[in-house]
Amino acid sequence: MTQAKDPAFVRFKGIEKRFGDLVAVQPMDLNIPEGSFVTLLGPSGCGKTTLLRMLAGLENPTRGDIFIKGKRINDTPIHKRNLGMIFQNYALFPHKTIFDNVAFGLKYRDVSKTEMKEKVEKALETVRLPGVGNRMPSQLSGGQQQRIALARAIVIEPDVLLMDEPLSALDENLREDMRREIDNLQMELGVTTIFVTHDQREALSMSDKVVVMKDGFIQQQGEPEEVYNNSVNHFVADFLGHSNFLAAQVKTTRKDGIYEVALADGSTCLASPVGDFEQGEKAEIVIRAQKMTLGYQKDFVQEEGMNYFYGKIKDRSYMGGEVSYFVEIADGQLLHVINFVKRSPYRRKDEVYIRVDPFHCRLLKQ
Amino acid sequence: MKKLISGWTLIKLYTILVYAWMFAPIVAVVILAFNPQQFGTFPLEGFSFKWFVKLSQNSTIMEAFQNSLVLGSLTAIFATAIGVPAALAFIRYEFRGKDFLNTMLIAPIMIPEVVLGVALLLFIRWLQQPKSFALLLIGHVVLTLPYVLLIVQARLVGIKREYEEAALSLGASPFQTFREITFPLLAPAIFAGMLFAFTISFDDVTATLFWATAQNQTVPVKIFSMLRTSISPEINALGAVMIVLTVSIPLAAGYVARRFARGNTP
Ligand SMILES: Nc1ncnc2c1ncn2[C@@H]1O[C@H](COP(=O)(O)OP(=O)(O)OP(=O)(O)O)[C@@H](O)[C@H]1O
Ligand SMILES: [Mg+2]
Repeated sequence: MTQAKDPAFVRFKGIEKRFGDLVAVQPMDLNIPEGSFVTLLGPSGCGKTTLLRMLAGLENPTRGDIFIKGKRINDTPIHKRNLGMIFQNYALFPHKTIFDNVAFGLKYRDVSKTEMKEKVEKALETVRLPGVGNRMPSQLSGGQQQRIALARAIVIEPDVLLMDEPLSALDENLREDMRREIDNLQMELGVTTIFVTHDQREALSMSDKVVVMKDGFIQQQGEPEEVYNNSVNHFVADFLGHSNFLAAQVKTTRKDGIYEVALADGSTCLASPVGDFEQGEKAEIVIRAQKMTLGYQKDFVQEEGMNYFYGKIKDRSYMGGEVSYFVEIADGQLLHVINFVKRSPYRRKDEVYIRVDPFHCRLLKQ
Repeated sequence: MKKLISGWTLIKLYTILVYAWMFAPIVAVVILAFNPQQFGTFPLEGFSFKWFVKLSQNSTIMEAFQNSLVLGSLTAIFATAIGVPAALAFIRYEFRGKDFLNTMLIAPIMIPEVVLGVALLLFIRWLQQPKSFALLLIGHVVLTLPYVLLIVQARLVGIKREYEEAALSLGASPFQTFREITFPLLAPAIFAGMLFAFTISFDDVTATLFWATAQNQTVPVKIFSMLRTSISPEINALGAVMIVLTVSIPLAAGYVARRFARGNTP
C-alpha cells in the first residue's frame, strides 16, 4: 500500500431522502476514508439504514450525489456497483448450497471454474468455516450463517462492505466473538466498511470513525474516543455511555480554560467548556458515570481545583467488577456513578463524597 | 359419580355423524360403480368393472373427457401465465390503483358462479359473438385466476426481499435475480396454483353450464345432462373416476410441492 489513502473514498454530497412528507435523511455531507471502518450509530428510525441503502442503490436519493472512488454512482444500478452487503437476517439463498451461495457473486464476474473453486475455498477458510460447502444454509447456526454471508460478500472483493446491524440477530456471547472477528477480518482485508448499528458498544469498539445520527441529522462524527469524551451535545453524551446532566449557569471564565459555573443549589462547580460561553449564560454540565470517584470524607484531602459533591447513596447495583451507584446530592438530584470495587462496595444510606476533575465536567450549550 | 356419556363423547359422536353425512353419498357412488346390476341396491350382488368398460366405449363421454382435460390444462397455463406476473407486480412494486386492481382480480371468488356465468354470456351477446371454446376458456381463467393469485402472492410475501437484494448486490441483474432466486423459491407455489386452476376448471359445473356449447361439453356438464334423462350406472363409474382424479391431483400436488420446498424454506 504505497498509494496514499483517499480520504473521501465514499462521498455523500448534499444527500437527502424523503418518503412523502417524512425526511428520513436530512441534507448531509459525509466522507468515508479508504480502508476505514465507519459506523453509523443512532436510535431506531434515525435514517441509518436509509443512508446505507442509498449507497447500495436500493433507494434513490431525493437530492444530492453519491461518489465512490470519485465517480458519481447515482445512476449506476445496484448490480454494477461492486458492493458487498451483509443483512441482519443473513439472507443466504435457502435453496442453494453454501458453496453456491459464496460462489454466487463470482458467476457474474470474469472468473474461471477452477479459480472460482479456489476463491470460494479461500473465503470459507477466511471466515473459519472450511468444508461446509456442501451443506444447506438451514443446517448452519446463526453465527455460522452470518460468517457465510460475510464470505459471500468479501469473495467478490467489493469496493465497499455494507453491513446493516449484522450482529443483532445473534445472542450476546456470539455477538462479542463476531464483533472481534469482523473487526480483524476488516483490518486484514483493508476493505472500506460501513457498519450500521444502534448499539453504542459495537460502534465504539470496532470503528475508526463513528457517525452519530438522530432524526436524519448527523450529530457528531469522529474517532470513538473523540465522540465519547468530547460529545458535542446532550444527545450524543446521553446516547453514548452513562452520563449525568446538571443544569448550570456560567459565572466566570478563567484563562486556563476552566469556567466557574453555578449549579441549581447555588454551589459553584468548575467545568471545561465545549465551545464559547458568555457570562451568565445558561448551560448544562455533563459528567460520565465512570469519571467520578466515590469516597468517605476521610478518604479525601480536599484539593484546590477539584469538584466535590456531598451525597447519600440511594441505590446500588453490583455488576461484578464494578458497582453502579445512584447518589442523591444537595438539590435532590441523583448522580449515577460507576466505580470499581476497591475493598468493599459502599452500602445504601452511606454518606459519601464524589470527586470529579473539572476536565471531566463538560460544559455544553443548552 | 361417573357420568355415562360425557360431553366429549357427544361431540365425537356428532362429528362422526357429520362426516358420515358428508361422505356417505360419495362412498355410495364409488361402491355402486362396481355393482353389476342396473339398479343399485345394497348389499352388492357381485363385483364388476362392466360400467367402466361401457364408459370407455361411450364416445360422447370420452369426448367430454378430452374436452375437460384440454380445457383444464389450458386454463391452468393461462391462469398461471397471467397470475404470476400480476402477483409479482402486486407484491413487489408500488403503483397507482394497485389495491383496486388486486380486488378486481380476486373478486370472482366472491361472486356467485351463476351471476358470473350469466354476466359473461350477456357480455358476449353484447359483443355479438357466438359461444365458443375461447369464451369457455376465458371464463375458466377468470374463475381460477384468484386462486393462482392468492397462492403465489402468499408465497411471495414469504420470500424476503433481502434475498433479491443480496443477489443484486452480488452482481446479478434483475432478470438473473428472478431466474436464480425468486423463481426457484416461488416454483412450488406456481405449481400448486397451476394444479388448483386445473382441478377447479376440471370439476366446475355451474358456470360451465352457461358457457359450454354442444361441441365442448365437459365431463361434469355431461354428467348433469345424463342425470336429466336417465340414471345409468355409467354415471356412478364416471363419478368414481372424477372423484379419484379431483382428489388425487391436489394430493399429488401437495406432495410434490413439499418435496420441492424441502430446503427451500429458511
Ligand atoms: N420505504 C419507506 N417508506 C416510508 N418510510 C420509510 C421507508 N423506509 C424508511 N422509512 C422511514 O424513514 C425513517 C428512517 O428509517 P431507517 O430505516 O433509515 O431508520 P434506521 O435508522 O435504520 O432505524 P432502525 O435502527 O430501526 O433500523 C423512519 O422514520 C422510517 O419509518
Ligand atoms: Mg435500520
